[in-house]
Amino acid sequence: MSDRKIYADATAALDGLLTDGMTLMSGGFGLCGIPETLIDAVKDAGTTGLTVISNNAGVDGIGLGVLLESKQISTMVSSYVGENKLFAEQYLAGDLDVVFTPQGTLSEQIRAGGAGIPAFYTKTGVGTLVSEGKEVKNFDGEDYVMERGLTADVALVHAYMADKEGNLVFRKTARNFNPMMATAGRITVAEVEHLVEPGEIDPDHIVVPGIFVQRIVHVRNPVKHIEQRTTRPRNQVA
Amino acid sequence: MAWTRDQMAQRAARELEDGFYVNLGIGIPTLVSNFIPDGMEIQLQSENGMLGMGPFPYEGEEDADLINAGKQTVTELPTTSYFSNADSFAMVRGGHINLSILGAMQVAENGDLANWMIPGKMVKGMGGAMDLVAGVKKVIVLMEHTARGEPKLLETCNLPLTGKNVIDMVISDLAVFTFDRSGSAGMKLIELADGVTLEEVQEKTEASFEVAL
Repeated sequence: MSDRKIYADATAALDGLLTDGMTLMSGGFGLCGIPETLIDAVKDAGTTGLTVISNNAGVDGIGLGVLLESKQISTMVSSYVGENKLFAEQYLAGDLDVVFTPQGTLSEQIRAGGAGIPAFYTKTGVGTLVSEGKEVKNFDGEDYVMERGLTADVALVHAYMADKEGNLVFRKTARNFNPMMATAGRITVAEVEHLVEPGEIDPDHIVVPGIFVQRIVHVRNPVKHIEQRTTRPRNQVA
Repeated sequence: MAWTRDQMAQRAARELEDGFYVNLGIGIPTLVSNFIPDGMEIQLQSENGMLGMGPFPYEGEEDADLINAGKQTVTELPTTSYFSNADSFAMVRGGHINLSILGAMQVAENGDLANWMIPGKMVKGMGGAMDLVAGVKKVIVLMEHTARGEPKLLETCNLPLTGKNVIDMVISDLAVFTFDRSGSAGMKLIELADGVTLEEVQEKTEASFEVAL
């Protein structure tokens, strides 16, 4: 298997892909499973006017938080941004457009976008701000709102392990949005903790087939962040 | 004497049934997991892609790849499975989860819920709340009865809604109410916390309700 999909570092992996005003998808839930090295490379590239589709906006100084600080993002499409104070400030000051999207709707929009489904109906958000301006249709006596599939120019994902064909596996709750985003980027760039030869991952265990992944960067021993380190006392019966 | 948070959670735990798949929202609802009756099998679903969620880890065993929807570190159980967010919300939206327990800013007498935004002041986003109330079979709100002296059970919500006509039950620190989602029976008071009087509840509730103690 050639190294056709393998890039030496994050900057090389993004070479030729970044243009002002583009749409990016960024995987992760909170700080869990975020493509941090790729995001930092976007920051270094200085690309501006970004529309970023991601469930959250990182925290101040980590993940997408760094792109907010450098004012490279003009629009966020997210379900929850409560952890990021700068986000709230920029939004309330009118410096940042936000499309608040229910987490399930966002998940399905990305899944649909990658799967060639231009629109679908969901009960989520009917009768709320979310459904304003959108088509509402009745099926079997219940109202549903129409939502569009979402795609991105580039999808940045984080995976636990890839083989050189681009087949991906994930680790625990670091999976979250990464599999759907991998399908929905016109180009998908994956930062992976482990890179192996084809055949080393059991085909039954592959979560994202390599067809969806165009570029891979191997980031060994990445720093992982915990937002809320909650524990229980050792003398308590679980 | 109003219920404490633990007592509210304990009361909510009485709504659990053996074999239930349950989603617990952040805040007071997470305490419900401390009161699951002995011998009852409950699978907790975390909408960020985990079923069979365990308790917080021991100190030193926290794993950054293992968190709940509130971004807190948790643990696995033998029944645990992991999946993508799309699959997670297939469970939620597709009606596969038996019970959702979450918090509220306001609840209206028809069962409307507002819990995600205060315009101009607090706009954090709705997260998975709108999907949960739209898709889960039974929705219970666990909340303080008043906020800064103001009632939270209102005739209509004046904050942006999370869902219309979505609540089945409210458990506050003062009382328990049921709502009739599919019919026209309206809001009913079915239980008072120990030592709490009907008068106190009526005084602190703006919504109209039938007394069915």
